[in-house]
Amino acid sequence: MTGEIGQLALCLALALALVLSISGLAGARAENALARRVASSSAAGMFVFIALAFGALTYASVVSDFSILNVAQNSHTLKPLVYKISGVWGNHEGSMLLWVLVLAVYAAAVAFAKRGSERLTSAALGVQGLIAAAFLLFILFTSNPFVRLDPAPFEGDGLNPLLQDFGLAVHPPMLYAGYVGLSAAFAYAAAALITRERDWARAARPFMLAAWIALTLGIALGSWWAYYELGWGGFWFWDPVENASLMPWLIATALLHSALATERTGAFRSWTLLLAIAGFSLSLIGTFLVRSGVLSSVHAFASDPARGLYILGLLVVAIGGALALFAWRAPGLQTGASFAPVSRETALLINNVFLVAATATVFLGTLYPLVLDSLAGTKLSVGPPYFALTFAPIFAALLVLVPFGPRLGWKKGNLNEALRTLFPAFALAVVAALVALVFTSPRTLAAAGSFGLATWLVAASAIDIRKRGFRFGALASALAHAGLAVTLIGVAGTTLWRSEALEVLAPGETMYVGTYALRLDDVVGAAGPNYTAARANVTVLSGGRTVAVMHPERRVFPAERQDTAETAIRTTIFSDLYLALGDRRDATHWVLRAYVNPLAPFIWLGAVVMALGGFAALFGRLRQSRDVPAAAPALAE
Amino acid sequence: MTRLLAALFLLFAAGAALAVPAPGTLADPAQEARARALQKELRCMVCQGESIDESNAPLAADLRALIRARIAAGESDAEIKDYLVARYGDFILMKPPFEASTYALWLTPFLVLIVAGGVAIWVVIRAGKTPQGDA
Repeated sequence: MTGEIGQLALCLALALALVLSISGLAGARAENALARRVASSSAAGMFVFIALAFGALTYASVVSDFSILNVAQNSHTLKPLVYKISGVWGNHEGSMLLWVLVLAVYAAAVAFAKRGSERLTSAALGVQGLIAAAFLLFILFTSNPFVRLDPAPFEGDGLNPLLQDFGLAVHPPMLYAGYVGLSAAFAYAAAALITRERDWARAARPFMLAAWIALTLGIALGSWWAYYELGWGGFWFWDPVENASLMPWLIATALLHSALATERTGAFRSWTLLLAIAGFSLSLIGTFLVRSGVLSSVHAFASDPARGLYILGLLVVAIGGALALFAWRAPGLQTGASFAPVSRETALLINNVFLVAATATVFLGTLYPLVLDSLAGTKLSVGPPYFALTFAPIFAALLVLVPFGPRLGWKKGNLNEALRTLFPAFALAVVAALVALVFTSPRTLAAAGSFGLATWLVAASAIDIRKRGFRFGALASALAHAGLAVTLIGVAGTTLWRSEALEVLAPGETMYVGTYALRLDDVVGAAGPNYTAARANVTVLSGGRTVAVMHPERRVFPAERQDTAETAIRTTIFSDLYLALGDRRDATHWVLRAYVNPLAPFIWLGAVVMALGGFAALFGRLRQSRDVPAAAPALAE
Repeated sequence: MTRLLAALFLLFAAGAALAVPAPGTLADPAQEARARALQKELRCMVCQGESIDESNAPLAADLRALIRARIAAGESDAEIKDYLVARYGDFILMKPPFEASTYALWLTPFLVLIVAGGVAIWVVIRAGKTPQGDA
């Protein structure tokens, strides 16, 4: 029954998505009040039915209903409950279902929040309905999660052990909440073009912020997972799939800044629209790259050309359609706001210039090898060294300029005053850079630069809060910018000062990494619910004193016929001691990898601080719109 | 421990029948550092975006051994890289070479920066000329 309920719910959701797109777009005309009511209810109904389908698949997975092909292929009776649930989105069909679920949540939120004028909301809902319909068709025709399997097997194939992990249980929903959340900004932008409404950025802002927060945390979760699960201590690999999530983040960041100016002074009106379109387009491109199997990675669950072609077609229609709409309508929106060369607007524009260049770099680094391969048949690797030479300097230059933005006034700012206000931050930054240069080893300019820059950002944020007061608006930018500094420190510490050791040890032997001595006491067998493990007992000594006993494991998952390294990490916030057990070399010898990663936790802590900035902006915004409900609609038309 | 590994390595190099192939460490720390640095610049071609320094794949282990053998034989880093590129193509280099087919890859980011900066300057100049008062 479960499968049939899910299937039926998906079909009904598709029907409602079609109703939503027609009624929503019809409601963009002032006289169609009835259509607007239909659109609102269809958005709610679509959410209910997609949630029902998602619930059905989750239930089937939890009770191990192997008569459903998707569950048989991706689950196993012995898998712990939490991974039976997270396994729902740990495969192609289920992850696409999660994709439309998030889309439906945002559509229902847009319908419920009723921000902006009725016409604008209606048109935005119509666009969301179109996107939902396209993806529901995709699911029903190429990726149906409810396909039956007859006869049902007694046991399922299990889930990739790398995905059986808490970080990966929460990473995809978080990332999708960001990725797909950009569809709301996209829908509002398209709606603004359709209705020629100018006040769309204010209406869309909470959705942009929610998407940005989720994307920030989702990317950080993915990076954290890679760090502790993949077993070599890296946190970002410039893997195409990571890049596919970074690009929408960069554009969403640019959008948040540009939309601020549009809302406030009407500047960059069409540019902000274009960014909203670009952000979601990059989400779609990311979905295409990951789902089509063009890129092979742990994320590419299935490589099916039909799916790739469908998403490619969808991509072309969605992006092409939006750009055509933009080309047609945007010139009419142009107002040409006036601002002085030294002003907040100029600062936001500079922010956008650098973020767009950074995005272009990631885009190029990701797609160039694919294009070159298909055009010239030449295989090329674009690895971390490329991004270190292109992305890093562009982003560093942006960070240098970041503190000026909040210190310059709208329309006309005072650069001298900004420089005077920021001088203490500058002085501190110089001191920090010198300290890093003198007191760290190895002495590198990169360390001096990173610590100087991070200090500059944090101190400037503190000054900004002091000047503007403890308000949501000030907190938002201060936290977001300080979060960048925290992440920067983590990245610098980990890459510049990491110590590592790789040795073959027999029980009783000791190896050294950083200031630690690691004694392998023994390796014993251990059993988990669906795996067996070799568990090492490693005594950590520092200055002759035992500070910890750590237990890196090597796990073997018989159902999936795969083994993974379960790392052991001992963190003091300022440094991680990271152990990974490698292969067994003979009866008694094991490979042990050890790293000391100074400041590593700051990498993810920074993302949390950035997200807190996003929350501050979101709360400030929601409170503001609750306080002045009467004034807003008058401005809208 | 380092002594033990060095001893193991010597045993290995001497061709003694040895059950434990050490992960491979050159006796000379400077040479070993060179090997480690080189490993990070070379891609494990059967993996997903890992360098041979990080990978557990057998091919990566073979390449690590090959690098050490060639360093021990006195070859320079460039010679080893050239050899590997001749054998496996540019794909093995984590850092793409700067040549005709990659000019666009290397230069476009900065071109975008310059063009976008130019557009921004134009926008700022125009905004300065626009009469006050937002429509």
